[in-house]
Amino acid sequence: MNQILKFKLDGVECMGYKDQYITNAAAENGFYIPTLCNIPGVKPRGACRICNVRVNGKLMTACTTPLANGMVIECQTEELKDLRKAIIELMLTEGNHFCPSCEKSGNCELQALAYRFNITVPRFKYQFPERDIEASHPKLIKDHNRCILCKRCIRVIKDEQGRNIFAFGKRGNRITINIDTELANDISDENARMAYEICPVGAILLRENAFREPIGKRKFDHVPIGIEMERFHK
Amino acid sequence: MTKKITIEPVTRVEGHGKVTIHLDEEGNIVQSRLHIVEFRGFERFVQGRPYWEVPVLVQRLCGICPVSHLLAAAKAMDVIVGVDPEDLSPTAEKMRRLMHYGQFFQSHALHFFHLASPDLLFGIDAPVEKRNIIGVAREHKDLAVQGVMMRKFGQEIIRLTAGKKIHGTGAIPGGINKNLSPEERDFLLKGKNPLNADKMISWALDAVNLFKFYHASHRDFIDKFAAFPSNHLSLVRKDGALDIYHGVLRSIDQDGNKILHDVDYSDYLDYIGEEVKSWSYTKFPFLRHLGKENGWYRVGPLARLNTCDFIPTPLAQKEWEEFKAYTKGKPNNMTMHTHWARLIETLHAAEVIKDLLIDPDLQGEELIRKGDKKFEGVGVIEAPRGTLFHHYKINDDDLVSMANLIVSTTHNNEPMNRSVRLVAEEKLAGQKMITEGMLNAIEVAIRAYDPCLSCATHAMGQMPLEVSLYNNENELIDRFYSYRRG
Ligand code: SF4
Ligand code: FES
Repeated sequence: MNQILKFKLDGVECMGYKDQYITNAAAENGFYIPTLCNIPGVKPRGACRICNVRVNGKLMTACTTPLANGMVIECQTEELKDLRKAIIELMLTEGNHFCPSCEKSGNCELQALAYRFNITVPRFKYQFPERDIEASHPKLIKDHNRCILCKRCIRVIKDEQGRNIFAFGKRGNRITINIDTELANDISDENARMAYEICPVGAILLRENAFREPIGKRKFDHVPIGIEMERFHK
Repeated sequence: MTKKITIEPVTRVEGHGKVTIHLDEEGNIVQSRLHIVEFRGFERFVQGRPYWEVPVLVQRLCGICPVSHLLAAAKAMDVIVGVDPEDLSPTAEKMRRLMHYGQFFQSHALHFFHLASPDLLFGIDAPVEKRNIIGVAREHKDLAVQGVMMRKFGQEIIRLTAGKKIHGTGAIPGGINKNLSPEERDFLLKGKNPLNADKMISWALDAVNLFKFYHASHRDFIDKFAAFPSNHLSLVRKDGALDIYHGVLRSIDQDGNKILHDVDYSDYLDYIGEEVKSWSYTKFPFLRHLGKENGWYRVGPLARLNTCDFIPTPLAQKEWEEFKAYTKGKPNNMTMHTHWARLIETLHAAEVIKDLLIDPDLQGEELIRKGDKKFEGVGVIEAPRGTLFHHYKINDDDLVSMANLIVSTTHNNEPMNRSVRLVAEEKLAGQKMITEGMLNAIEVAIRAYDPCLSCATHAMGQMPLEVSLYNNENELIDRFYSYRRG
């Protein structure tokens, strides 16, 4: 059996296992550490840095940091809350996120985080970047306006031979994540739907699928993101 | 010496506009114009976006009747996904109708109780502090409550069909995304007083009677104020019935002769032209075969009750017969009778809502249909303020490549200009100063059309009013701001 470790999270004594990431251990102890690029069960990338916590006083991403015995972790301090809020605001201003007509609205994790953090007007200037929309693939559409480069799609969506359907294009601050034209032609319906669902925002769309879910039935219509983890601690 | 009077902007009207009036040396009106500051943003915004986003996106044009834009765009997109608007599943069509009649009901109630009733109850010369909905609430509490509750009922219908009271989803290309559960149906049908369909019908009937009561003692004002002959245009059901969701285009002239014979609205470009005038950002639509001079027309409640042959619900039909009898069966060209027409439509909407609610098709399971894809679609609907056209083209990748919208306030551009001119001639000719009463008379004339100027200009905003008086050398003689009054 896995070795049991003890740690402190926001002053509460908690227990976890060796080799467990902080985010997962926190969730099992009833704490929610906001995440965005992370998907449980898939190797973390530490791409978005929303999960920043202080471990023994040092800033670290909770999704990529394995638990160690006696760790003292701070999560809900004013400083960290504001840092996370700033990251969300950066994402909102850096792309073109127009929630009113986005079909992912209500299921979008970025939007849900913005609600959870009470973001009304971001502190940063909107960049209104000129981005295009890749719409020539038969099943999938990639809307670069909304991509937050979390790389979930790259990590998860592969064809039967394990080849990546999503891949990086360009470099530096012009980086994009594109669909492989050839592989996308043969993508199974199941894989296409998974790509749509795994994307935390509305950057991967299924053709002719929009707004099928009525308002009221969407993931975050009634509950804020993360609430299911906050069993004991809000 | 010529004087120019500018009125800018207009209160209790959505959007932004201004009125300029030129007087000659004797104080006669030489010219009067209603300017609407136009911003055709939405036709650009939607370009390059996937077509299925459009209905939800364009409804942001308006906070008062977003459902009209949602549905007009959805009807255009039905065509694009290969479903004729008449071949939607019964559940989809009836859910959309419920949404639309619900919206009509709330929009008309808002207009009558909040925007128009202060003028009627207190008279257009009443002090401005009194002539507003708060004034109505103070002196006619029941009426104010009725207005609020009727609006609320309509909004509840929108919430249960579109998911939210404003800017929901609901209508999607080829259908709808939800049906009405039995619980939701009972909430509207048998809701606790006053929020149920029967109460709404009886209140709507009361409102028609209130108008008739007022009319009886103010015939001169209601019949003559800003009245003028015009053509009228609207959708009608194929059998000639009043239908605000779907039908064919019909237009009649001032004597009731048909000048557009129940044509397919997809061909609207063959029949309707839009004139651009150098002094206005808003176009002036006209019937092509009659030309710019004679082809302009009115849309909205008055036009609809003039073009249709009957109203397919009993109480509204009875009121319509009385309305028709007043003009001996001829078209009604009395601008202030638009309020009467609007209230008869409100009653009709309440009756339709009840009929729909007892229809089991609303609990049906077939929500969406699909056919052979097309690359162009036109959707037309009767919005509360009049006929609304949405026209889109898409490319091979499903992205919008062209969008054209003609909204009701644009159709009414020429009639509103005429109304302003008539009032100016009566109230402003020979004047050197603008008074509160003159200002409001102009507003009352514009308000009869319930114009949504923000929608005509495809921008968002609110509109107070400013009047300026100029001489022929363009020197300012007087200026009056309604948003600084009171
Ligand atoms: S497309 Fe979606 S899943 Fe892929 S990187 Fe962009 S935001 Fe992440
Ligand atoms: S969730 Fe940890 S870095 Fe994104």
